[in-house]
Order: sequence, then structure tokens, then C-alpha cells
Amino acid sequence: MTAAESVMVNRVIPGSAFLEVRDLHIHFPTDDGLVRSVDGLSFTLERGRTLGIVGESGSGKSVTSLGILGLHNKRNANVSGEIWLDGQELVGASPDTVRRLRGKKMAMIFQDPLSAMHPYYTVGAQIVEAYRVHNDVSKAVARKHAIDLLGRVGIPRPAKRVDDYPHQFSGGMRQRAMIAMALSNDPELLIADEPTTALDMTVQAQILDLMRDLQEEFNSALIIITHDLGVVAELADDILVMYAGRCVEYGTATEVFQHPEHPYTWGLLGSMPRLDRPTAKRLIPIKGTPPSLIHLPSGCSFHPRCPYEPQTGGLGRTVMPDLATVEGRHQVRCHLSVSQRRTIWENEIKPKLEAS
Amino acid sequence: MVTYIIRRLMGAVLTLFIVSIITFGIFFLIPRWAGGSAESLASRYVGRTANQEQVALAAKKLGFNDPLWEQYGRWVKAIFVGADYNYGPGVEHCPAPCFGYSFISRTPVWPDLIDRMPVTLSLALGASIIWLISGVAVGVLSALRRGTVFDRTAMGIALGGVSLPIFFTGLLSLAIFSYKLGWTAPGGHFTPFTQNPADWAYNLILPWITLAFLFAAAYARLTRAGMLETMSEDYVRTARAKGLREGRVITRHGLRAALTPIITIFGLDLGLLLGGAVLTESTFSLPGLGKYAIDGIFANDFPKVMGVTLVAALFVVIANLVVDLFYAVVDPRVRLG
Repeated sequence: MTAAESVMVNRVIPGSAFLEVRDLHIHFPTDDGLVRSVDGLSFTLERGRTLGIVGESGSGKSVTSLGILGLHNKRNANVSGEIWLDGQELVGASPDTVRRLRGKKMAMIFQDPLSAMHPYYTVGAQIVEAYRVHNDVSKAVARKHAIDLLGRVGIPRPAKRVDDYPHQFSGGMRQRAMIAMALSNDPELLIADEPTTALDMTVQAQILDLMRDLQEEFNSALIIITHDLGVVAELADDILVMYAGRCVEYGTATEVFQHPEHPYTWGLLGSMPRLDRPTAKRLIPIKGTPPSLIHLPSGCSFHPRCPYEPQTGGLGRTVMPDLATVEGRHQVRCHLSVSQRRTIWENEIKPKLEAS
Repeated sequence: MVTYIIRRLMGAVLTLFIVSIITFGIFFLIPRWAGGSAESLASRYVGRTANQEQVALAAKKLGFNDPLWEQYGRWVKAIFVGADYNYGPGVEHCPAPCFGYSFISRTPVWPDLIDRMPVTLSLALGASIIWLISGVAVGVLSALRRGTVFDRTAMGIALGGVSLPIFFTGLLSLAIFSYKLGWTAPGGHFTPFTQNPADWAYNLILPWITLAFLFAAAYARLTRAGMLETMSEDYVRTARAKGLREGRVITRHGLRAALTPIITIFGLDLGLLLGGAVLTESTFSLPGLGKYAIDGIFANDFPKVMGVTLVAALFVVIANLVVDLFYAVVDPRVRLG
């Protein structure tokens, strides 16, 4: 193989998936020590597919998404690893290259649209701005495009609302406007960071519906970041469960929901409020609090909160388990053997979750 | 929006009314509280050579024996229609707008105020442009380069600027730039802009910079704090996520939001200065409103001091009004309230 060929191979293999994140590390040096927000994260995503990244606050979900968009300040964040988007590596690319992709090829829907939209500009002006950065068109054309988009995300009388300010929109309408802004350049990768957290239940459902429809229409790759398993159950093809900056379980939505194998995933499932159960049994909370990202627990980061840690024979306290493949694409980071995990799930957890 | 403007206008008129009462109170009521009689008040208006009867007559003619509200009414009326002051020996006419009549220099105050206004106006406007631009620029750069040598140096100088009084920096800069190096005018001169713009600027450049330094320091610190806050806002992250160039993110999204409180304070500072930059005008011997007021105080010439006080209050109220209206233009959320 010639040198040129090996370069080709190196380019083709990592870029073969539409989005591939490889061994991503995002660390923040602070006065108190190094914060390892993301520590060796890898996943792939194809066009038209949806990945749900799930985890508690501080598990590194949002930091990951901002890392993909290159939104971390180089002065206070160390980003390493590889991010391949449609054959192009982003971590090592120049800031200006990434900036040109941002908003055009990859776009983001932020959590709280009231604070994520500028209070001094009209909704229309903000969408027009997003469109005109990447398209050399007149203001009138961009404005028409903005009205189209607002109509498409289900905002009534878009030609009138386009001149309203964010504070004149209701929460749900604001989130729709935020989505319209993210969609303004037909991005191929769309990242939604807690898109429905700030909304009430009925509006949540509408927004999730809208996102599913739009994804089908645009055939874009979608990453949904949430702490709400209900949201990913609704939308995701694949699920990645994050804990303390690492992936602890990864698989298709069916696998993760039907046969979860990591004790943390069991905890998340038990923490979902279920209306079909009596009040006292609705929640099975995970004990303890998420660990400090500066002083991670020794061994498995989850061991201080894991009820099954004694069954690992001390390994949990000393050795960080690898992310091992269980079956197909289903991967789990746990010291318990596959049979142990399946027994616990079938005999202890599943009956509790299904009990009514 | 129209109701907002009307409400602000009414507020401004009300404020002026209250200010006029307070001003009147300071010069007419407080001397009474301090034990002054109508005669002792009148003695300030007739000169030192007057005898007892003359003073008593003046007090009567000037209305110092009348109820206070009547005196206030006369005083306000004079502003709109003018007044005749009969102090015994003669009658002095003070045409509208009559902001008082100085019995010491035997002139109405208003023409003096008009005379001195251009000096104060030139000083305040020139300095304010310098401090606004330089203060905001330094503040923005400091915020973007937080923790660097530039930031530390700039904020160190700014701390000096905030703490050093104008008579110190003014005299120091006069000593260095005017007397030692001879680059700038030695002070005490004013050439109207309409007469010779070059001379106008030459005479004012040192007062401008000295005064601007004092304010620029505060504005730099304020801008820096505001920018640090807005640049970490979610909407700035959104702007970056759109793929905007950093320059546009900083100016259109970060600075735009950080500028609102700065403009507010700018309006008030400017309004205050227009009523007379007392220390600067004294330090550089500029014949402005502030100097006029100080001279009035030293000469015990109440009407002059009252006139300046009222004009200064008028400027502050107008500045306040402009700021309020500007606020509504800048921040759409204000228009609803």
C-alpha cells in the first residue's frame, strides 16, 4: 500500500459514517483541578437516524454537543479526539472552517429559548441573520424564507409574528421559532439540547411530533440530548447513556429499553414517573448524587451509588470497566458478567418496574 | 409606545415642579429655619451701605414678608413672564425667562447663563464623546482579554482614573502639557466654536481629556463587567452556533446588550455635567456655568446660584427623559411596561 493509499484509507474509514465521534475528550482546567466533562466518548450516527444521549445533569451531554459544534472556548477547554462529519474532521480543523459549517451543515436547538434568543431583536431578524450568514441573499428574500420557516414549524400567522420579539411569544411558540432558526439552512446534523425541558407536557408532545416530522422531511441526522427517557423513547433509534463523562450503555432504543444491562440505566428507568402505578411505587430513585468531575471515584465511576457493586468482588472500587460489546451493537460498561446482569434484570428490576 | 412617551413627559414635568420647590426651599425656607428674618434676607439684595429703613423697605417691596407660597408663585411666574424688582431706591426689570436678578452685579441672571452655556456645553459634549468611545472600547477589549496583561493594566489605570480627583489630574496635566511641554493651552481661555473651531478645540483639549479620563475609567469598568456578563449569555452562544463571525457576535449580540445600562448612566452623567462641571471649570478657569455658580457662592449672590441650580436640574431632567425614550428604542421589552 502506498502512502497516498494509506492516507485515503485513513480518510475513508473514519468518515464512512455521516457523523463519527471517536474517543472524544473535553477537559476544563480550573483552579480546583481538571474537570473531565467528557472522557473518551465514541459513537456514530447516520443521516435520517436519531441518537438519544441520556444522563443526569453534569454527565457531559451538553458539553459533548457543544464540542461537536466547536463552541468551546479554546482558552478554557481542552478538546481532543476526533469528530468526523461527512468525511471532514472537526477537532483539528481551523476555527473558521468549523464556523462555516456551524448553522449550515450542523445546527443546534437550545434548551431554554427565552434566554437562547436575543431579547433585543425580533424573531424574524434572528432567523434572517442565521440565513444570511451562509446565503448571499437580500434581506427581503431572507425575510420571506423566515416567514416560510415559521409557518413550517407551525406558528400561526407567520407573516405577522415574524416581527414580534421573543418575549411576545409563548414558551412553545418560542421553541418552534428556535427550531425554525436552526432549520434555516437545512442542516444535515441537528442537535437538540433538552428541547422540551422548559415546556409543559402538552406542548412537549407537539414539539416532539414536529421534530420527528421535520427530520423525516429533511432526512437529517438528529441528536437529542435529554435527561428524560420518555423523550428518547418517543424519538430515538439509538440510545447512549452517559455517566460522569463516559458512555456506560449504548445500543438501539429497543435493546436499551427492553434489555437494559447497566445498573445506572436501570436506575434511570426506575426514575421515570409512571402514571399507571400507585403513587408510592411510581419512583425508584438512584441513591446518592452525581460524582464530582474533578475527583472521580476510583474504579467504576458509578460504584459508590451501585447496589450491585459488592457482587463485582472488589473490582468496582479499583478498576474502570471497559465498554464491552454484549450483542450486536449493544455495549455496556460494567464489571458484572452478562449472565449476572441478565439475571438481575429479569428477576429483580423488571418485575419491580412492571409491578402495578 | 405613545402612552409610554406621554407618561415619561408627565413624569419629567412633575420632577421639574418638585425640583423647583426644593430649590426654592433651599434658598428661601432654610435661611428662615436658620433664624434669618425678612430683613436679613433683604440685606443681601441692597448692598452693604443700606441703613435699617432701607433694608426694611426692600424686604417689604421684594415681598419677603408675604406667605412662602406667594413668594414661590411669584418666583415661578417670573420665569415665564418676567418680573420687576422694586427694592426701594429703584426698579430693576428682569425680562422673561427671569431666572432671578442679581442685585450685586445688577443684572438679570438669565443672559449670564446663556453667555456661559456654550463653554459648559462644549466642555461636556467634547469630553463625553471622548470618554464614551474610549471607555467602552477599553472595557470591551478588557472583557475579551480577561486576565491578560492588557486587562490588568487597563483596569489598574481605570482604578486610578476613578479615584484621582479632577483638581489633581487637571493641575498635573496642566503642569506637564501646558507649562512644561507647551503642547496645550494654559487654560482660562474660551473661543466659541463658531468663531474659530481650531482655537476652540485647542483651548478645550486638555480639559476634555482630563474630564474624560475621570469618566472613561468608570465606563471602562462598567463596560467590562457588562460584557463579561452578556458574553456568557445563552443568546451569545446561539449567535455563535449560527456560524456568525466573532466580531459580529461581539458587537451585535454581546455589546448591544451590554450597552443599555451604559447609555443610561451616560445620559445622567452628561445631564449633570451640562449643569456645570464645577471642578473642571475651576481647575482650568473656564468661564462656564459651574464657575459661575462657584463665583456666585463666594460672592453670596443667591440668585446666580439659584439660576444655575435650576438650569442644571432642567438638564438632568431632560437627560433622564431622553434616556428613558432611548431605552424604549433599544430594549423592546420596555415598550410594554
